[in-house]
Amino acid sequence: MLQAFAVQVSAERAAGPSGEQTTAEIPAVELHNVSRKFGPVSAVAGISLSIRRGEFFSLLGPSGCGKTTLLRLVAGLDLPDAGTVSINGLEATHTPAHQRPVNTVFQSYALFPHLNVRENIAFGLRMKRMARKQIEERVGSIMETVRISELAGRRISQLSGGQKQRVALARAIVNEPQVLLLDEPLGALDLKLRKELQVELHALQRRLGITFIYVTHDQEEALAMSDRIGVMHAGRMAQLGAAEEVYERPRTRFAAQFIGACNLLRGTVRHCSERDFMVRTELGEVRVELGQSARPLQLGQSCTLAIRPEKVRVLAFTERREVNSFPVRVSGFVYTGSETQYRLETPGGLLNAWVMNARSGPPVFQIGDRATVQLPWDALVLLDD
Amino acid sequence: MVSTHSRWLYGVAALLYAFLYAPIAVVIVFSFNTSRHGLGWQGFTWQWYRALLDNSQALEAAKNTLALAICSTLIATAIGTAAGFGLSRYEIPGRRFFSRLLYLPVFVPDIVMAVSLLLFFSIIRQWLGLFQLGLTTMIFAHVTFQIPFVAIVVRSRLAGLDPALEEAAHDLGANAWQTFWRVTFPLMLPGVMAGGMLAFTLSLDDFVVSFFTSGPGSTTLPILIYASVKRGLTPDIHALSTLIVLVSLLATLTVALLQRRGRA
Repeated sequence: MLQAFAVQVSAERAAGPSGEQTTAEIPAVELHNVSRKFGPVSAVAGISLSIRRGEFFSLLGPSGCGKTTLLRLVAGLDLPDAGTVSINGLEATHTPAHQRPVNTVFQSYALFPHLNVRENIAFGLRMKRMARKQIEERVGSIMETVRISELAGRRISQLSGGQKQRVALARAIVNEPQVLLLDEPLGALDLKLRKELQVELHALQRRLGITFIYVTHDQEEALAMSDRIGVMHAGRMAQLGAAEEVYERPRTRFAAQFIGACNLLRGTVRHCSERDFMVRTELGEVRVELGQSARPLQLGQSCTLAIRPEKVRVLAFTERREVNSFPVRVSGFVYTGSETQYRLETPGGLLNAWVMNARSGPPVFQIGDRATVQLPWDALVLLDD
Repeated sequence: MVSTHSRWLYGVAALLYAFLYAPIAVVIVFSFNTSRHGLGWQGFTWQWYRALLDNSQALEAAKNTLALAICSTLIATAIGTAAGFGLSRYEIPGRRFFSRLLYLPVFVPDIVMAVSLLLFFSIIRQWLGLFQLGLTTMIFAHVTFQIPFVAIVVRSRLAGLDPALEEAAHDLGANAWQTFWRVTFPLMLPGVMAGGMLAFTLSLDDFVVSFFTSGPGSTTLPILIYASVKRGLTPDIHALSTLIVLVSLLATLTVALLQRRGRA
């Protein structure tokens, strides 16, 4: 049943009006210079973005960064003050929400309390005036897909949070939208259920091949599920890229600190070669690999380097490496089971280093111990600001 | 400490309720009293209720009261619902002003409303010859004070609804009309019904406005009772009052039930 549904969806896709070859190239959603102001506040400030067909795209950012507003502009629940929105290659900036080939899973689920589960899921198809028989089939099949068949006759008030989430998802995807918009769909659930549904959602997206735009403030969730992540900050796109790229090569201070933890080192550029460059920081001279996408550097220019705590190596005090190793003192640590998170005192302030507890036994270093840290030159990232 | 505190509170509450409901209880008790005059209890009887059935004046007044309450409630519920919906869902210039204005009749004393309506009707009558005092003018008058109550109840119901529900309907392909009839209206219906029952009760019990705007042949129960009392309190009036209390009580209970169902 499940397989049959997936096949049916992809068959319809392939038989689209513009033919197989071109449809693959037309982005599912394209935003051009989109802005939305609420009074004096710019919720979305000139964002351009192209989302590929079948992509799992996450909008990640703290609350108030404009990610939900951007989603609503795609849904047609809000209109931009400037810029254009195209869906499936067609200009849709002013198309009303009910005529767009997109569906939304709302943060509050927004299930209709006066209808039961089956009627909720059938709502969109009834609006399309689909034949009763066909509606029944589609609703039945989608309820199997998200495993809620036994809830068909229930009232919404009788459902648990996780069940509501599934019904909301079914109500949206039963319409076979070109793009599915999800506004923090797992936000109201407890951690265990969240993790379970993350896996399920991801699998479902792969199976159905629907483009997902997923709004979340949970960086782990975004990293775990997305093909690409757009990190938003104050109405702008702070960084856009594949999950590992956004994490490994943060471009701005905001992106570095919002996603995961990050150590920042300020300094001035001292020397620059083809392969690397030197930065004088309060810690000492730090050698950094010159990345492929390197911008031209000027000597004497001030800059900020970032390094993830798990990439910092902590060695015995007596052990010295040639490159980027500095003496530190352990000022505290947190034992989390799988790793030990050290706070290290350096001439340039505190440095965080997370060390995997690969071997059994107590943490190697105690508070007050002297140690050596080494910053691998290829793990240091030069930030834009 | 806590228990003496709450006992004291219970005592005060009991006194308060006694003060509020003792008079009503007395009327109900006396409607079953065999004694025609005087305040002594002389035995239980249904005779005053039976007497009401033979009292053509009382029956006529009951008919008028119901006709007035039903007509005015239907009109007021329709207008009040539209007003409540419009004021909570549309950004129109002067929305705050209009909503304050709408609630004015709630605060204006009945007697002021009654006198101004009477004056208004006589001016219209003089100019256009319309609005002879009677059931029609009473319906208009009742509608004016019922509308705000309906609008307030409907509005508070709408305020309690998740705005995402209507957005979800749009998102699922429903246009504005379909969204209203398939989502908004069913969800605000308990509020509409509760507002209607409230309006019905208000019309049923109203004396002041009715008294000023009534004409020959449009006597309602409260007016009849007022007129009879001037001739002296009789047990059949008690019986009539008891019936009115009963109907009002049923209407109020219905409102409460509707609102509870609406919340679930």
